[in-house]
Amino acid sequence: MVLVLALGDLHIPHRAPDLPEKFKSMLVPGKIQHIICTGNLCIKEVHDYLKTICPDLHITRGEYDEETRYPETKTLTIGQFKLGLCHGHQVIPWGDLDSLAMMQRQLDVDILVTGHTHQFTAYKHEGGVVINPGSATGAYSSITYDVNPSFVLMDIDGLRVVVYVYELIDGEVKVDKIDFKKTTTTAH
Amino acid sequence: MLSVGIEDEEKWLAEGIAGIQHNAFYMHQAMDANSLREGLKYSAQMLSELRTSKLSPHRYYELYMRAFDELRMLEIFFKDESRHGVTVVDLYELVQHAGNILPRLYLLCTVGSVYMKSKEVPAKEVLKDLVEMCRGVQHPIRGLFLRHYLAQVSRDILLDINSEGEGDADTVMEAVEFVLQNFTEMNKLWVRIQLQGPARLREKQEKERSELRDLVGKNLHVLSQIEGVNLEMYKQTVLPRVLEQVVNCKDELAQYYLMECIIQVFPDEYHLQTLETLLGVCPQLQATVDIRMVLSQLMDRLSNYAVSNADVIPEFLHVEAFAKLSNAIGKVIEAQVDMPIVGAITLYVSLLTFTLRVHPDRLDYVDQILGACVKKLSSQPKIEDARATKQIVMLLSAPLEKYNGIVTALTLSNYPRVMDHLDNATNKVMAMVIIQSIMKNNSCISTADKVDVLFELIKGLIKDLEEASVDELDEEDFKEEQNSVARLLHMLHNDDPGEMLKIICTVKKHILCGGPNRLPFTVPPLIFSALNLIRQLQNQDGDVVGEEQHEVGDEAEEMHATPKKIFQILNQLIEALSSVPAPELALRLYLECAEAANDCDLEPVAYEFFTQAFIIYEEDIADSKAQVTAIHLIIGTLQRMNVFGVENRDTLTHKATGYSAKLLKKPDQCRAVYACSHLFWVDDPEGIKDGERVLLCLKRALRIANAAQQMANVTRGSSGPVTLFVEILNKYLYYFEKGNQQITNAAIQGLIELITTELQTDSPSANPAPAPDAFFTSTLRYIQFQKQKGGVMGERYDSINV
Repeated sequence: MVLVLALGDLHIPHRAPDLPEKFKSMLVPGKIQHIICTGNLCIKEVHDYLKTICPDLHITRGEYDEETRYPETKTLTIGQFKLGLCHGHQVIPWGDLDSLAMMQRQLDVDILVTGHTHQFTAYKHEGGVVINPGSATGAYSSITYDVNPSFVLMDIDGLRVVVYVYELIDGEVKVDKIDFKKTTTTAH
Repeated sequence: MLSVGIEDEEKWLAEGIAGIQHNAFYMHQAMDANSLREGLKYSAQMLSELRTSKLSPHRYYELYMRAFDELRMLEIFFKDESRHGVTVVDLYELVQHAGNILPRLYLLCTVGSVYMKSKEVPAKEVLKDLVEMCRGVQHPIRGLFLRHYLAQVSRDILLDINSEGEGDADTVMEAVEFVLQNFTEMNKLWVRIQLQGPARLREKQEKERSELRDLVGKNLHVLSQIEGVNLEMYKQTVLPRVLEQVVNCKDELAQYYLMECIIQVFPDEYHLQTLETLLGVCPQLQATVDIRMVLSQLMDRLSNYAVSNADVIPEFLHVEAFAKLSNAIGKVIEAQVDMPIVGAITLYVSLLTFTLRVHPDRLDYVDQILGACVKKLSSQPKIEDARATKQIVMLLSAPLEKYNGIVTALTLSNYPRVMDHLDNATNKVMAMVIIQSIMKNNSCISTADKVDVLFELIKGLIKDLEEASVDELDEEDFKEEQNSVARLLHMLHNDDPGEMLKIICTVKKHILCGGPNRLPFTVPPLIFSALNLIRQLQNQDGDVVGEEQHEVGDEAEEMHATPKKIFQILNQLIEALSSVPAPELALRLYLECAEAANDCDLEPVAYEFFTQAFIIYEEDIADSKAQVTAIHLIIGTLQRMNVFGVENRDTLTHKATGYSAKLLKKPDQCRAVYACSHLFWVDDPEGIKDGERVLLCLKRALRIANAAQQMANVTRGSSGPVTLFVEILNKYLYYFEKGNQQITNAAIQGLIELITTELQTDSPSANPAPAPDAFFTSTLRYIQFQKQKGGVMGERYDSINV
């Protein structure tokens, strides 16, 4: 069992002063094995903070990141799953599932994680999964109105991944759970 | 005494002790034999050892203690008339025949104690007699210890006065009079110790003298323990007499110690009721006395008193404790012209601590203290003393801690004035403390006026202060500071749009003074604050629609928040940012604003923002990688815009495709151009669906891909650009599925065959590039998947072979 934290679009300090206190108290060091961050942190302090939660940190570049060395896309393998990571502003139309599916085919991954829209989504697609963890700070978005802060925890176990979505609604953390099983057709 | 060494002193002490032991031995023998005469003889000889002048106070004390223990035995003997057969009255007469004054007075005190306890005579008479007679010994150390002995033997009698019921006012008064007199005499003797001897022994003497202070202080303890000493008597007699001695002795050590002692031994409520008298003494003390400590101790005591009994607070107000303390501090500072600035500030810190504990609701007091501080500091524009600076930081931090944040402190008019006296570096540190306090407490600053005051406080972070040179700034520190300011901007908020607009204007006014280094940090958060306000206005539809009608002739309208007004502000802000220059950031923010204007249905505004974005793209974004990102952001935003009429839209899409095709690298061109196809096909019911222009884009992308491949083949035989074909194939599939009639099965089939061929011709070169292969495979698998799905989509895919 491996726990992967997926989050992005924090936009600190442009659009939010910090992560919500409730999230910070949940994200304690030592519990998470990998962090995948879609980008738009935007400053080094946030990068350093994420490192304290888990040193295995993978970040792709958002259009507001001060760090220009983050790659545009990144793939990594965790257990039986191949994960792809991309901020998503490069995929037009923004947030469009069919276009994201194309990127998923291009990166040849089981799970594609992107951001940019600040809207949490998780779709099964041709046996793979396309996830957007939303904005961890609930930052303003020109695309999505009334953004709630959210992030995703993926519990990867064998051929199964359970996606937990944590969303802060009116000061309360709501958790949702989505279950995916990898079909053998996408196995390589 | 000059040649006195420690060894000599040890020797004299040993001799003295031996003398005491020797005579005590015979004294005991005499007592065992019930021989009064012999007992008196040997006790007088024993006490003669105390006549020495050779010992330091410390060693004299040791000697005294030996004699004291023996005198306790003697007292028991005296008490038992059956043993020696002499009445106490006669005994009192008898001991006066001792030859030397010192032994005589010790014996007299011992018998006096027995005499008083026997109640054969009113205690007051004996006390008066003894205290008068002790004047006969004027040697400081001998006199001090003799009187100490008197105080010790009389203590029990004094404390018994009330409990035995004979404590009418007069008796108590007499007792008090006795203690006061003994105290006064002891203090005089004590002070005189210092006045002897040469200057070079001063330090040692000072230390030794200090060791004797409790002998004097003991009297004050006794006074505080006499039951009859009520507030009235304390106020009328005890305190004035004690203070009189304190002032008159003109001795630094004594004054400090006695003030401290008074504060510690008498009850809190007495202090509260005699504040004026007690404080009135302070300016009369020697200039070297550490009045700060004295006052701090007093204020600590009083504030502890107030904190532990809330019901005494009205009494504090009644006696105007704050005003008196504040006044006293003012006078002390005024009187002691040489007091360093740090001393004065420390006094104010103590007073502030007192105030915050006792009167947390009295902000006017807090402001008064800060005001007094400003007055004191007015002679110096900037404080240079590090300790004084530290005290000022304490002074300024205390209200923040007490009131959990700055909101309360913002109402203190003198707060910023005190801050002005800090040097630039400390001023910044303090500004950071303020920001951190706001963030920690999650306090919201909700009016433009308060925001204005706040910016005045933290101005050290907001703009370059005149004296600050740029090179003193560490880049990391600067970043941290500015990011803190950026965070802070999110805490300036009001739900009322009118007030929020005022806040935004206030912030704008301040941050635009920040100069090119700060704007990239401070402008973006303000932009998003403003965009949030626009969102809020959109949600309250009615207001926005109605804005046009009452825009004319209404004074109050000036600050009425409308999206249009806010967009003007946004435009100015980004303009300032782009002149920094910070083109990439400015371009992104223009696009955010364009989309917000789109959502508000303001076509000209949206168009203006887009035009600005294009100007920046053309003129200021030179880096090819930055161009790629920028053009994708432009296309992505433009794709989402629905406010534009045909003409404006055409102009903008034309530019976007034009710039896409002009990117530096072919693959980037290709990708941007196929992304442009989405500008002509928006997948919602009202969206534009121009199949032909989509196809034109895709064909153009294909041509670029071809060109890219030819270039690649020439240069290094790379198979890289095949990816582009697969990407374009995916775009064909996308539109094919969306029902774009221009995208035919044949075209897709042709593309699949083209890629298959490319991959085959490529493989002999044995280039290990599995990526396009995998991409292509998964694309083909996708087609297969769609074919198998059946239904309309399956049918459409039917004729495509893979």
